Amino acid sequence: MPVRQLIIVGSGPAGYTAAIYAARADLRPLVIASSVEFGGELMKTTEVENFPGFPEGIMGPDLMTRMQQQAERFGAEIVYDDVTRLELTGPVKRVTLGSGAVHEANALVFATGSAYRKLGLEDEARLSGYGISWCATCDGAFFRQKHIAVVGGGDSAMEEATFLTRFADKVTVIHRRDSLRASKTMQERAFADPKIEFLWNKEVTRIYGDTHVTGVGLVDTVDGSESALDVAGLFIAIGSDPRTHLVHGQLELTPEGTIAVEGRSSRTNLPGVFAAGDVIDPTYRQAVTAAGSGTVAAIDAEHYLASLPADAIPQVADAPRAAEPVAASA
Amino acid sequence: MSTREVTDATFEDQVLKSDKTIMVDFWAEWCGPCRAVSPILDAIAAENADKIDIVKLNVDDNPQTAMKYQITSIPAMKVYRGGEVVKTVIGAKPKPALEADLAEFLA
Repeated sequence: MPVRQLIIVGSGPAGYTAAIYAARADLRPLVIASSVEFGGELMKTTEVENFPGFPEGIMGPDLMTRMQQQAERFGAEIVYDDVTRLELTGPVKRVTLGSGAVHEANALVFATGSAYRKLGLEDEARLSGYGISWCATCDGAFFRQKHIAVVGGGDSAMEEATFLTRFADKVTVIHRRDSLRASKTMQERAFADPKIEFLWNKEVTRIYGDTHVTGVGLVDTVDGSESALDVAGLFIAIGSDPRTHLVHGQLELTPEGTIAVEGRSSRTNLPGVFAAGDVIDPTYRQAVTAAGSGTVAAIDAEHYLASLPADAIPQVADAPRAAEPVAASA
Repeated sequence: MSTREVTDATFEDQVLKSDKTIMVDFWAEWCGPCRAVSPILDAIAAENADKIDIVKLNVDDNPQTAMKYQITSIPAMKVYRGGEVVKTVIGAKPKPALEADLAEFLA
């Protein structure tokens, strides 16, 4: 397979925005979108109300489809497969996919986002899908007229809790502190909802249930007292961790576990490797900041490719096109 | 090729009484991961047509069956043999992972 100019790993707002910019700059990027998680985290959300340009809001999956179409319109190529191996240290970056296919490029944008954090409890995996969920929009409807719990205190926990009141009779938010991290708007919406109640300073320490979740065991983080709560479902929204396992030992990480980049750029410790989106962002983690970050990566990659000596530019990739009869006769 | 739909009304005849090993994909329109896994199931069905049937059941339109099988998370894929559930796979997974989960039925 010929060496390309640019490969983008990831298809959330960062990956697709990088693809839009890179494709418009005629870099003919290849986007490795993932086989089942393409579109990233927004594929699991409902209404997105804070992405500029959509005053009435837009559904998360619709927004991602539009980004994908916009990238394709300018010539980005999209592969729905998962990366199993990345070799980034040499001048040519090598990407191996689940299918066994290998792609190579002179520059690479790494935008793999983050993965949901787990509670780390016994029985969590066993009951996952049997009352434990990380996706309210996927599973909320199965808890009609039930009492369910949401663990977490951030925006996503409030969003899940608010969404779940459409179906559940009662939603209990369990948070290990006495105040929320969530934005004011999300907090106020949750506080005003008569179906939502809060359990403060409580940590989930056990999950009960034989074939399905029947309840959770709690410990008070202040006085250590133990209690139990009967619930039919447990939605976990305690944040996420940057997805960096593919680049361990190759890219430098920050103490927070995100990929280290130079200043406001997307440049990693390896020349020709750029990182964007939630995987470099321990703080803001919004669709629009990820999109902005993808833009930065595409422009950094473009500058990097332009700076390479002419003989390092992939003649191999251009050769078949130059040899086409149409081009020859033109 | 898109996978055949079964409903509350046809479930017994087409799934429980099927002579062949049959897998039901419990899904819904609004479920992003369901949309993601759907083409993968189509591919597995096409490649293993002699070994397993794969059909879909929309949980919104067919609440009885979804409730009977205690679906609380989708996509949920249940394999039936002789009217009994012999395997459950939950969540969208890449094709190789799904094939590994279903290995005993695809061999």
